[in-house]
Amino acid sequence: MDSLQRMDAVPQGRRRRPWTWERAYPILTLLPSIIAIAIFVYGFIFWTGYISLTKWNTLTVNLAWNGLRNYALLFQQFRFQADLRNLLVFTILFILCCLVIGLLLAVMVDQKLRTEALFRNIFIFPMALSFIVTGVVWQWLFAPNSGVNLILKALGVKHLPQWYVDPTIVPPGWHVGQIQLGLPIALIAVVVAAVWQMSGFAMALYLAGLRAIPEELKEAAAVDGANAWQTFWKVTFPQLHPITVTTTIILAHISMKIFDLIYAMTGPGPMFATDMPSLNMFNTTFQGNHYAQGAAIAIIMLLLIAVFIVPYLVSAFRQEGRS
Amino acid sequence: MSARAVRRSLLYIILIVFACFYLMPVYVVIVTSLKSTAEIDLSRMWQLPHQLDFSSYADAFNHLAPNFWNSVYLAIPGTILSSLLGSINGYALSKWKFRGANVLFPIILFGMFIPYQSVLIPLVQFLDAIGLYNSIPGLILVHIIYGIPITTLIFRNFYAGIPDELLEAATIDGTGYWGIYRHIILPLSISGFVVVGIWQFTSIWNEFLFASTITQPPHQPVMVALQNLSGSQIVQWNVQMAGAFLAALPTLVVYIFLGRYFIRGLLAGSIKG
Repeated sequence: MDSLQRMDAVPQGRRRRPWTWERAYPILTLLPSIIAIAIFVYGFIFWTGYISLTKWNTLTVNLAWNGLRNYALLFQQFRFQADLRNLLVFTILFILCCLVIGLLLAVMVDQKLRTEALFRNIFIFPMALSFIVTGVVWQWLFAPNSGVNLILKALGVKHLPQWYVDPTIVPPGWHVGQIQLGLPIALIAVVVAAVWQMSGFAMALYLAGLRAIPEELKEAAAVDGANAWQTFWKVTFPQLHPITVTTTIILAHISMKIFDLIYAMTGPGPMFATDMPSLNMFNTTFQGNHYAQGAAIAIIMLLLIAVFIVPYLVSAFRQEGRS
Repeated sequence: MSARAVRRSLLYIILIVFACFYLMPVYVVIVTSLKSTAEIDLSRMWQLPHQLDFSSYADAFNHLAPNFWNSVYLAIPGTILSSLLGSINGYALSKWKFRGANVLFPIILFGMFIPYQSVLIPLVQFLDAIGLYNSIPGLILVHIIYGIPITTLIFRNFYAGIPDELLEAATIDGTGYWGIYRHIILPLSISGFVVVGIWQFTSIWNEFLFASTITQPPHQPVMVALQNLSGSQIVQWNVQMAGAFLAALPTLVVYIFLGRYFIRGLLAGSIKG
């Protein structure tokens, strides 16, 4: 399971032999990749950061210093404020639904079914699709006069939801800055499509986790008189904690970057109800030619992700160093 | 019925309900794409076609075929080259641990978590400067570079599972760094290459952000063309559905035949998998 720890089995005993050119081979092998990452990841991030501090908000390059003004303007913008609200709401709903559904499916699939492989494959196949395909298809499924609403109508629902066309935000009357806080109704359709695509990922991880729990643990609990329900919550679930952490972090970074799905499915939506920083950056930079403003959005996106990814990587590799 | 039988039936019912939810879009795509333009009606989305009509596939194919081939020319070299690069990187990192490797690796790995928006403006400027903007080779280069972290990660974990005794025996025999890679590591790497290859092929085929910023017609890959098709007001939605099906087909076929390896990639890509 834990491949990080597995790699610690690599012995470190190669050091004492005399220095030869061969000793330099590993680092020479890695050198092209190191240089590429240094330029294309770190160098380009640095350059984007610099652009975000300039006046380059026209088609022609203008690198005159503008300080933090692009950032200040951004936080006053209705669209960007809506983006931050949407991103937060989307991330919470998306992660929660994926975790709950993923765990539920994993536990159900793990009941020694004869049809296990079939169900597992059905739940995971959306992962093989492009977010663009998902967006194009779900856009039709949530069209207010079609798809899901036809089923709801057949079930006797009177007030059919308008899904991604609905600009309403619930609950009413909670304003901060220029925007209303709360859950934009239009975002629900996007969450459903995203969960449809990614919950299989959570299931796959939980299933691997369930398989790695030693049977003796559950048997011991059963001997102690615990029923299946108690065994699950007292024994199995705590064992799955590291999986929950990993899955949450992976899903959170996917959520922070979400772009294609929304671009294909709804676009910015009514009153920017389904807009995201990623979409705003794309429009601002490549359609509006406000490069510095777009760079500022990109840097904020990067910071939002780095805040939890950097501690995650540090702790993962510190653990590895210790064991 | 015994309590066990009731529980089993209930379990199956819930699983089937979920399966229906996951398969619902597939049903709609297939049913709609087989209807003729005269028959498509939003209020009858769930109904089966009266008679099978493949014209929407012909239509979608006409729209997407050139872009479909662009994606093939993009995804195949991209997959092969980034798998090879990941393999030699993983070998160096897992079998020849040198000082600083444990600091260097997370620094490389961070590259797979960044939002690509944060490198996009310099990337476009750079590709423009070296003459690769709006070209498939440019896009291949981009996918190889930003694929380094994930391919290196999967191969590094994969090679950690190869016992070091094998290498030690070869070192005693006097086999060198590349000899060991060529004669010991590479022959044992087949399933590693399958996992990484599927992962890279799927990601490159499905990718949209780089594709839509770096290429313009006629060099756009299929996902960009599909998005344009769906955004177009004059294209009927049976054609859009057929287009979505065609664009998804290659990765779906890979999943159907090699799903086991796809799932291994998913787990390996989550660092601790």
